[in-house]
Amino acid sequence: MPNIHTLSALVKNRPRVLARVAGLFARREFNIESLAVSTTEDPAMSRMTIAVDVSGTPLEQVRKQLEKLHDVVTVMDHTDDAVVERELCLLKVEVPAEKRPEISALAEIFRGDIIDIGNGTLIVQCIGDTGKIDAFIANFREYGIIELVRTGKVLLARGHQKT
Amino acid sequence: MSDKMINGALGMLKVFEEENVDVIFGYPGGSVIPIYDKLYDSEIRDILPRHEQGAAHAADGYARSTGKVGVCMATSGPGALNLVTGLANAYMDSIPMVAITGQVKSHLVGKDSFQEADTTGVTLPITKHNYLVTNPDEFVDICREAFYLARNDRPGPILIDIPFDISLGDVAWTDRDIKRLDCYEEPKPVDDELIRRAAEMIAQAEKPILMIGGGIIASGASERLFELATKCNIGVVHTLMGKGAFPETHELSMGMPGMHGMAYAALALQNSDLMIVIGARFDDRITGDLQKFAPEAKVIHIDIDAAELDKIRPTQLAICADAGDALDKLVPACKPRDKGPWEDQLFAWRKQHPLTYSMPDEGIAPQYIVEQLYDITGGDAIVATEVGQNQMWAAQYYKLDKPRRFLSSGGLGTMGYGFPAAIGAQIGNPDALVVDIAGDGSIQMNQQELTTAVINKLPVKVIILDNGYLGMVRQWQEMFFDNRLSGVDLTGNPDFVLMAEAHGGVGLRCADPDKVRDTLQQALEVTDKPVFVDFLVSKEENVFPFIPAGKGVDDIMFD
Repeated sequence: MPNIHTLSALVKNRPRVLARVAGLFARREFNIESLAVSTTEDPAMSRMTIAVDVSGTPLEQVRKQLEKLHDVVTVMDHTDDAVVERELCLLKVEVPAEKRPEISALAEIFRGDIIDIGNGTLIVQCIGDTGKIDAFIANFREYGIIELVRTGKVLLARGHQKT
Repeated sequence: MSDKMINGALGMLKVFEEENVDVIFGYPGGSVIPIYDKLYDSEIRDILPRHEQGAAHAADGYARSTGKVGVCMATSGPGALNLVTGLANAYMDSIPMVAITGQVKSHLVGKDSFQEADTTGVTLPITKHNYLVTNPDEFVDICREAFYLARNDRPGPILIDIPFDISLGDVAWTDRDIKRLDCYEEPKPVDDELIRRAAEMIAQAEKPILMIGGGIIASGASERLFELATKCNIGVVHTLMGKGAFPETHELSMGMPGMHGMAYAALALQNSDLMIVIGARFDDRITGDLQKFAPEAKVIHIDIDAAELDKIRPTQLAICADAGDALDKLVPACKPRDKGPWEDQLFAWRKQHPLTYSMPDEGIAPQYIVEQLYDITGGDAIVATEVGQNQMWAAQYYKLDKPRRFLSSGGLGTMGYGFPAAIGAQIGNPDALVVDIAGDGSIQMNQQELTTAVINKLPVKVIILDNGYLGMVRQWQEMFFDNRLSGVDLTGNPDFVLMAEAHGGVGLRCADPDKVRDTLQQALEVTDKPVFVDFLVSKEENVFPFIPAGKGVDDIMFD
């Protein structure tokens, strides 16, 4: 059974910092479920939100190894914290014109948006936590998903707690 | 940033002077010519090896034996890539090194230019940190950071990849202020409460044992360790990396445990009720089968690297601290303790299970040679080893009473390490007797460094335990693969005596057990050039004791 924990790492915005973190995970056989990297309020820093499967390696070891990297400033485990967590998913489905209202209604349930209409295709966008995105995708399966992409989750701790 | 500018190569060398670098082991090439140009006028000595791997191992041997940061240098592409094994070797054993590599001009990086390799990419997992210099304003501080990171916290190798235009052109010069560096961290005090609990656990233990590793040596904590061990009368086992951190001739020294360690060391750990582990990391060569390893023992683990704590063996008490800092507080916190029945048992085991070997019918016993070397040199040499049987016999039979005397590739197990490491050690310790205990396989991996030793008049003694085999692999094939000897026969070896002489060194050969001492004596008398001594040893001698990989102490084999 996978045991997914979400770490938020504040890292220096330097060349190769992503390679260092990804390389560490690969070398020590830590399994990354998803990874999102972006700039932060401080241009010198980036934030990595890493969902990691710790069924094989204790989380503590993952965190300590990350903290050893010179470009990593802090690592927080937010698994049990009050956080806001979001992921974005785009999926493209094959839809004949007569079925568009049905798709539109389904998207509505997930507060999703149709953001592109092509020749017999639609791209639907959905934002939510991982569970919601999973449900969103599952419900669209029967319409024939042509392509799908999701960002991996990002999160911030609620209130004054640091992420 | 400062408005003072300086030539890049000169700025780097000025930082080296600030850091008291007195020697660089380096090999030139196109992209480091600007650095060599400034080295021409510098006080810093440059040693030219005959292969970049030799440069890296020499810097490592220099660092291990002196405690200073070793510096090596190579050009871009193939030069930098030839440092790779040496960097990985230093990384595994936590040796402070700074490696300088040239890189193609900044605007050519990433274009598959001549002699371009992604050096920082390749060395990323085998350095503590590395830099590709992109901004001339940052270069001088990067050089300072490299030394800071190499020697502070858990030491390790740092690489700086320097494009040609950076070392050739001007860079910003800043005045030295270590606390301003991005990597600077205030030293953290050791937690008094954890020390109090450690002292309490030691007081309550009936069968305590110390297991010490390279962290004691890196920290310079041998004397404080000695105080703790003697104040509380606790037996001390050492890992390969911890050899010499506690005097091996002392009554409390319980030897080296592990795959080819002493049985009494293994028994001491196995039957203890408290292991006090300082600066060691539960390597698989020590523990064997983890489930069976010292099952009754509680563990106090002191290590500077938090990631080593609870990584392999769960602890009852983990203290993340420099070994010396922790011992500074732990020694006064512990009450004196007398020897008791447990210590009697330890000493009895040591008496029951001494290291043994027998004299073979043909060839010399390799153990005998190391024993005689120990005897003749009074245990006062710096001993480098290669990797394999030679390494284990050196660890078993050459006892050391002082730290920084044993230079051996512990983590990576690099054949070819010993000779260039011995060269580095001899340069760092010109008056010391430096010996490399080698095999006929390993010595051929960096034999080109004979020239380096000859040119620099380095009287390194290379003791070749020549059995005509890759002995350790042959031993495994004999014991675990039905003696199907595959790829281990070294028939056709060069004549090591002639080889030494061809390079301008001294070559000696000995095939007679009765002449071992005389031959060693003859080698020791040479003071201005390297000596190769080709000892024709018993071809099929095996290393014992032997706990096969993944097994426990109960599976120990004595012959």
